[in-house]
Amino acid sequence: MDIIFYIINTVISILTVVIPLFLIVAYVTYSERKIIGFMQSRMGPTRVGPSGLLQPIADVLKLVSKEIIIPTNASKGIFLTAPMLMLVPSLLVWAVIPLSELFIISNINAGLLFILALTSLSVYGVILAGWASNSKYAFLGSMRSAAQIIAYEIAMGFALVGVLMLSGSLNLQVIIQEQSGSIFNWYWLPLFPLFLIYFIAGVAETNRAPFDVSEGESEIVAGFHVEYSGMAFAMFFLAEYMNLILISILSSILFFGGWLSPFQGTFLDIYFAFVPGFVWLSLKTMIFIFVFLWLRATLPRYRYDQIMRLGWKVFLPITFFWLTVIGILIYLKYLPL
Amino acid sequence: MLYEYLPILIFLALALLFATVMLSAGFIFGGSNPDDEKNSPYECGFEPFEDSRMKFDVRFYLVAILFIIFDLEIAFLFPWAVVLDHIGLEGYLAMAIFIFILLIGFIYEWKKGALEWD
Repeated sequence: MDIIFYIINTVISILTVVIPLFLIVAYVTYSERKIIGFMQSRMGPTRVGPSGLLQPIADVLKLVSKEIIIPTNASKGIFLTAPMLMLVPSLLVWAVIPLSELFIISNINAGLLFILALTSLSVYGVILAGWASNSKYAFLGSMRSAAQIIAYEIAMGFALVGVLMLSGSLNLQVIIQEQSGSIFNWYWLPLFPLFLIYFIAGVAETNRAPFDVSEGESEIVAGFHVEYSGMAFAMFFLAEYMNLILISILSSILFFGGWLSPFQGTFLDIYFAFVPGFVWLSLKTMIFIFVFLWLRATLPRYRYDQIMRLGWKVFLPITFFWLTVIGILIYLKYLPL
Repeated sequence: MLYEYLPILIFLALALLFATVMLSAGFIFGGSNPDDEKNSPYECGFEPFEDSRMKFDVRFYLVAILFIIFDLEIAFLFPWAVVLDHIGLEGYLAMAIFIFILLIGFIYEWKKGALEWD
């Protein structure tokens, strides 16, 4: 009996994460269109519902009712596995994300390793989608995007090593607790270059503008998912936006104190004590999501050789250098462990 | 210890369920109305010339190989960073030597032009 209750409990806590997540993805797409619209002096969606608020719902209905086209030369099995391989890891990552002091689906002690492992899996979805489609655009897009993802994963991994050196734990709750004290105890201060690299590498990992050469609609149409339609396309889309939210929430957890209040250690702390940690985490995450959209509205697309140069020749030496600096500072006890 | 991984297993099952349900919903509500033109791979409106699984640039392989080396390095750095306060000077020096060797390799491949795309 116990085990059944346990499973029901877990399923409920998973659903309390996953269902809001789907809704958030829907409204991130809405806010993306609105924000970029305003930045370009347009209105964005206005027709469906008051100021276009029902637009994402309409999009979902439309995507569900569209035929899933499987190209004649495609490898059918792999073609249909690829979107699942994208969606499942990007959902599963949320099992170890601490949303508040207490709420976390699974508080494993290898949390960060788990996240790194699962985000690496998404490259298989990209490669398999491009290969199985048997279309030139899809193939080129998937090659580009896979090479880009793995190149930036290196820089990202090195940036995370900096966080681990300071926190001494892979558990995300512990990493947050280690940052408590005040806003100057958060890791963005000692790890500022690594934070910038982590975030930019995150933008590149998710294939978002200005690193979206894999989509490159002016040259290779839509990249690896050009042959996908209907719900199969929606799954890639969902995975991409969930990864965007994940990078934002991880930036706020690893470098900006997660659910810690920014007023900790100041006289304002008692006035804001009623605000739950989840609100702080959401606010920090929203700022990062906004930066994602802002980048897309502002910057032109990089050229592919520029992207590879940035990843290997700029980010990698900087992370090497900064890890050495951090190591020396910790050894000389200038930084608390 | 392993008990904490049980929710992840349940989550995995649920995520697979979600993915399957979404894909089958697409097949159920999307209908199927195939014809030759619609199902041919997209290539600017004309018949595809040849199989698209063609030769591609060798540098993609190169990136993949370099990735393996550096990703392994990260895999070594992770446990090292976690136990940093227990290993003392020896730990630092061991990792410094390891990084130094890799750095030589990195400079070599930079000089050889393995990181160039033009």
